[in-house]
Amino acid sequence: MSPQATSPYGPRADTGPPGMTAKLLRFCEELRGEGVAVGTSEILDAFAALEQVPWTSQEDFREALAATLVKSQEDRRLFELLFERWFFRTTEAEAIERGIGEEGQRHEGGERLDIDELREQIRQAIVEGNDGEMRDLARLAIAAFGRQGEGSGVVGVDVQRIRRTLGLSTGAQQAPDGDGGELPPIEREDLSRFERHLRRELERKLIERTSTLPPSRPLAELDRALPTSPTQDLAAVHRAVSQMKRRLATLGQEQRGRRKGQAVDVRRTMRSSLQTGGVPLYLRYRPKRPRRPEIYVLCDVSTSVTSASVFFLSVLHALHDSFRKLRSFVFIERISEVTEIFEHERDFREIAKRISGEGGVADVSGYTDYGRVWLEFLTEISDDLDPRSTVIVLGDARTNGREPHADVFAQVSERAGRLFWLNPEPKLYWNYGDSVMAAYERYCDGAFECWTTRHLENFVNVVAGGVPAGE
Amino acid sequence: MNATPTPASVAETKQALAEANYLADESAALVSFLAQRLGKPVLVEGPAGVGKTELAKALARASGRELIRLQCYEGLDEAKALYEWNYRKQLLRIQAGGEAGWEEVHDDIFDKEFLLERPLMQAIASSEPVVLLIDEIDKTDQEFEAMLLELLSDFQITIPELGQVSATTMPIVVLTSNNSRELTEALKRRCLYLWLDYPEMEREMEIVHLHAPELPEALARRLVEVIRMVRALDLKKPPSIAESIDWARTLLLMGAEDIDRETFEQSMSIIVKHRTDIDLVAERVGVKLSGAPTQTPS
Repeated sequence: MSPQATSPYGPRADTGPPGMTAKLLRFCEELRGEGVAVGTSEILDAFAALEQVPWTSQEDFREALAATLVKSQEDRRLFELLFERWFFRTTEAEAIERGIGEEGQRHEGGERLDIDELREQIRQAIVEGNDGEMRDLARLAIAAFGRQGEGSGVVGVDVQRIRRTLGLSTGAQQAPDGDGGELPPIEREDLSRFERHLRRELERKLIERTSTLPPSRPLAELDRALPTSPTQDLAAVHRAVSQMKRRLATLGQEQRGRRKGQAVDVRRTMRSSLQTGGVPLYLRYRPKRPRRPEIYVLCDVSTSVTSASVFFLSVLHALHDSFRKLRSFVFIERISEVTEIFEHERDFREIAKRISGEGGVADVSGYTDYGRVWLEFLTEISDDLDPRSTVIVLGDARTNGREPHADVFAQVSERAGRLFWLNPEPKLYWNYGDSVMAAYERYCDGAFECWTTRHLENFVNVVAGGVPAGE
Repeated sequence: MNATPTPASVAETKQALAEANYLADESAALVSFLAQRLGKPVLVEGPAGVGKTELAKALARASGRELIRLQCYEGLDEAKALYEWNYRKQLLRIQAGGEAGWEEVHDDIFDKEFLLERPLMQAIASSEPVVLLIDEIDKTDQEFEAMLLELLSDFQITIPELGQVSATTMPIVVLTSNNSRELTEALKRRCLYLWLDYPEMEREMEIVHLHAPELPEALARRLVEVIRMVRALDLKKPPSIAESIDWARTLLLMGAEDIDRETFEQSMSIIVKHRTDIDLVAERVGVKLSGAPTQTPS
């Protein structure tokens, strides 16, 4: 690997290893800034790995960095975003500094190329998924497009215009020359890959023209946010809940130490003593049966929590997938059990429909009556509640001015082993207006704000005795 | 077995894996290459059935090394993973010693001869280089993970009675995880990370072709299309690559020429394994296929 080696993003005549080291370190800094835990040992690994792969191949270079720096799928997504941005920007910055333009070096062919022929080639490259080819063709397309003088100057608009001019869309298409043959269909992801190339090349041209870099935005604005549509969220909720399952099941056992309170299994001890000549060297203990958590979930579905109830229902849905012994209730003014629906219905939308339709929610006034809910819950369930059960309440504690019956809630809390409250409102709004969170909170083992999967994970962490995840 | 020398380039690794019947994508090939060159363990994560375990097996075949496998489960302890003293043999030795004094015997019975080597120990002590597969590490307890740390960073095991046993040859270590729990940072830090996902259309076709070569091209394409359709649904257990291959073989046995509704309904249970999923798939995918239904879908 000579210092003359070209970097993945075009010629880099005399920035040898020393410059590269600094750049990589700054890239790692950037990753840390976005919350990826990159330790010194990871950085050392990355350098060791880079000694083994050719830097000239962008793919290898990126994968080598990813394999060493990034240790989870989520971080990997961040890495991809940052990598694109960082190496694109540093190369461009350097190019401006040195006054290197790529114009006039390659792809002069744009003048001679016919649009139809170009279209064919691009289609070919997209179907084959060849990145290098796509990049080159994207430039050609931009050159051809620029000749027609239609550039709007706004990158996003231009990308779509070029795509339309080239007649590229997903799905199978009739060949334009009319011989009836069907062109291979283009997958959506492949097409968007080509669009990314277009975008990048357009940005590069813009930078070359104006000799300035657009300000770098923090990644949060780009697309770090969690997917918010309920069906997409479902997967994330399921993940958090399956973690919760493990943690609830083993809760409070690991701290107690292994041998305490265990009974010796005489039969198995005698049996194993045969190995040691009849001397019971090793004691065998009765296996500890893990305790089966019994969970009761109460979920507010009134209008004041409409925005959160989809999320809550998906939490319930996920809980049902993980716990055998789970009883769920929804309530507005009165309480009704919906365990059956969740057990027999798989499709989330169907569940939501059935709950609003036949859930039997006694919805007389449409206003939540927490006091009444506790009374009903206690009469219905009190015999089953025991110290092994966990009660989780999902609600905003807004009583609409009715009697909160905190004393009844206290009884529930007393009988149940643990009681948690997840509130869909930010802590700031608790006890504001008709919210009586404070009256209930003191009987809870924990009360948490919860309206994203991140909060849910946080809840899981706290319940498991861990450190709350940073916001 | 003669171990081949470490490969010189990523392309070479990819080639070797392909010869061992494993079509690796770019990142899998690169990480395997780095693992051999840097001597670092690889942590492979991904959904069930995307070929995590198979990667380790293919690596063993490709490099001509022996594969040592440790299947993890809850409650796995050192005695089953590392080593155990062979009591019976030790007892025999004491009895056979007869009049020999304790002084003589007690050094003797804690000798390599009385050590029962378990997978991790085997991998370290082996004179030939091996591939060590630690499967489903997420199933074990955190304590076990902590115990692995010494092994993974220094490739050595400390036995109180014997001292340190260090690896004479560098094993390739592959850890797989289904992500059912978050692994500790300490463990992750020592590993190269590889995420395997469901492959892209073309690669999956190649994989199917590799394992069921008699399947006609057009049918294979159709099969992969349907599988991808099924995966796009919100299922409890989406079909894995292994199930695609099983299905391809089933279609061959059935002598099917096209995947129409009838064939699909008959063989659907190969790719979908939950009752609720079956209903959902029949409803969403079955109807898109041509041909009359054999029976009214339940």
